[in-house]
Amino acid sequence: MISHHLPILQVIVPLLAAPLCLLLYDRFLSWCISLFASGIAFLIAALLLHQTLHTGVISYELGGWAAPWGIEYRVDIVNAFVLLIVTAISSTIIVFAKESVAQEIYAERIPLFYAVYMLFLCGLLGVTVTGDVFNLFVFMEISALSSYTLIAISEDRRALTASYQYLFLGTIGASFILISIGLLYSMTGTLNMQDLARRLPAVSGNRTVESAFAFLTVGISIKLALVPLHLWLPNAYTYAPSVVSAFIASTATKVAFYVLLRFMFSVLGVTLSFQSMLLSGIFLALGIAAIFVGSTAAIFQDNIKRMLAYSSIAQIGYMVLGVSFATVTGLTAALLHLFNHALIKAALFLALGCIFYRFGSASMNQIYGIGRRMPWTMTAFVIGGLSLIGVPLTVGFISKWYLVLAAMEAGMWLVAAAILAASLLTVVYIWRVVEAAWFKVPVQSPTANTGEVPLSMLLPTWALIIANRYFGIDTSLTVGVAPQAAEWLLGITG
Amino acid sequence: MGHFNYWIVIYLMMAGFYIMIVQGNLVKKIVGLNIFQASIFIMFISMGKVEDGTAPILVEGTTYYSSPLPHVLILTAIVVGVATTALALALVVRINEAHRSVEEDEIHEQDKSF
Repeated sequence: MISHHLPILQVIVPLLAAPLCLLLYDRFLSWCISLFASGIAFLIAALLLHQTLHTGVISYELGGWAAPWGIEYRVDIVNAFVLLIVTAISSTIIVFAKESVAQEIYAERIPLFYAVYMLFLCGLLGVTVTGDVFNLFVFMEISALSSYTLIAISEDRRALTASYQYLFLGTIGASFILISIGLLYSMTGTLNMQDLARRLPAVSGNRTVESAFAFLTVGISIKLALVPLHLWLPNAYTYAPSVVSAFIASTATKVAFYVLLRFMFSVLGVTLSFQSMLLSGIFLALGIAAIFVGSTAAIFQDNIKRMLAYSSIAQIGYMVLGVSFATVTGLTAALLHLFNHALIKAALFLALGCIFYRFGSASMNQIYGIGRRMPWTMTAFVIGGLSLIGVPLTVGFISKWYLVLAAMEAGMWLVAAAILAASLLTVVYIWRVVEAAWFKVPVQSPTANTGEVPLSMLLPTWALIIANRYFGIDTSLTVGVAPQAAEWLLGITG
Repeated sequence: MGHFNYWIVIYLMMAGFYIMIVQGNLVKKIVGLNIFQASIFIMFISMGKVEDGTAPILVEGTTYYSSPLPHVLILTAIVVGVATTALALALVVRINEAHRSVEEDEIHEQDKSF
């Protein structure tokens, strides 16, 4: 009967792994435990996705209390998809972490690092799996507090101020979500997402519901780093340890984006979000602004990590743009990009982690000519970059293709043109790295320790790169699931 | 003054925000954050109060009960708030060790990181 308890095990496994890492307090053992727990979580997520695809929605009552009163964990095709990508990325990054963390974090903090990493994973999975809005807030704060810690664990003292800044903005965002949960509760008397969706139409048009909607949108947008609420993101990604940047960039904003979808579509409903509150226009404008602000800022960065951080802001713009159409194709594009961007950014940040491992810095003038000394790492970076641009036969192409289709379907030719124009900006900033790495003359003579990085770092990076190519060619998993999930969100098949 | 509590909530929320924005001292910013969070706690508890309602315990002579759920939610939110404050203070301690200062502008002069 263990298969019946999968939704709760998804959260419990990393939650139990965290104190275990702390109690053993051994670098190697805590790494083993994290790898094991993350692997199990991945397995559970795969099983959950399989179950939802074949038997439909899984509802799990926590402690046996029936749904509107007790806390319900509810797994449908949308969050099973998100669970799969989060756990997959987490497992790959832990393999990479062993060598990378040993280099970038003080030795006595390493077991603590794995404990917090597990808590962070637990928070993200909890947010994704839960069907209760207050439970969602608590898990969101678990993941947020652990992400502040993960950033501050870096040896760089600027990470401390970055983490402090992120803590303030993140807490304000979470508080806004808490306010809106309170307002929704005062109007409906329930915290269960399904129950809320049932009761909200009766009180639609009410000022309290509308202000709850406004608080929610702003709160999630801070967590999502949607322009103009993105100011915490560049510093946090730049000064965090490489592994942490890779993990946060590829999962935390994705889960925040999932929360946005869940609230706007499943809880508040398309009618309220997109007809009476005019979310389409707002998200269209902010999405395009994010794409151009992020991409343009990325071009002018001399630190590659900061460049990728700004690129993340642009990619969030693409996802939000997909939502703004509120059509099946648009949502499919958004969900595909959620999956694909997680793969792309994790791969790029891991490749950058390899560079950091060798040079202790990620600035543009440090990497002159390293293409010849670290060919595997830089080839990985180039393929990841191509995927970010959206070259055919990579995952980036698939999501941009659907996004352009959605724009054309909505008759917005200018938006479609803007998406393509922004891809050219991506070419510019990826090209700067390629030029520096392959075509510039090295500044210092090659020394003995500047060869390729250990295999345990190269393999996860290349695994993600191969996934980038694989899902760009064989799209049966992503394109098979995403449209179903989009239809589910819009309530077409529900 | 039918919504007296809510006016207090709005005042505290704005005061907290103002402190967070205006204060350059990292510890005082945390005080602002706490005031901001406290306003949300008051909002939740005000919502749960029914006029003439008592605690939800079955006794003779009462028919109105206040909802206990917002109180329980707020207990959790307070715990989250305490954890956030603790983490923020821990960060300030380490910032102070690294920069010998808790003033935003002095730290910015050293690192250009704010």
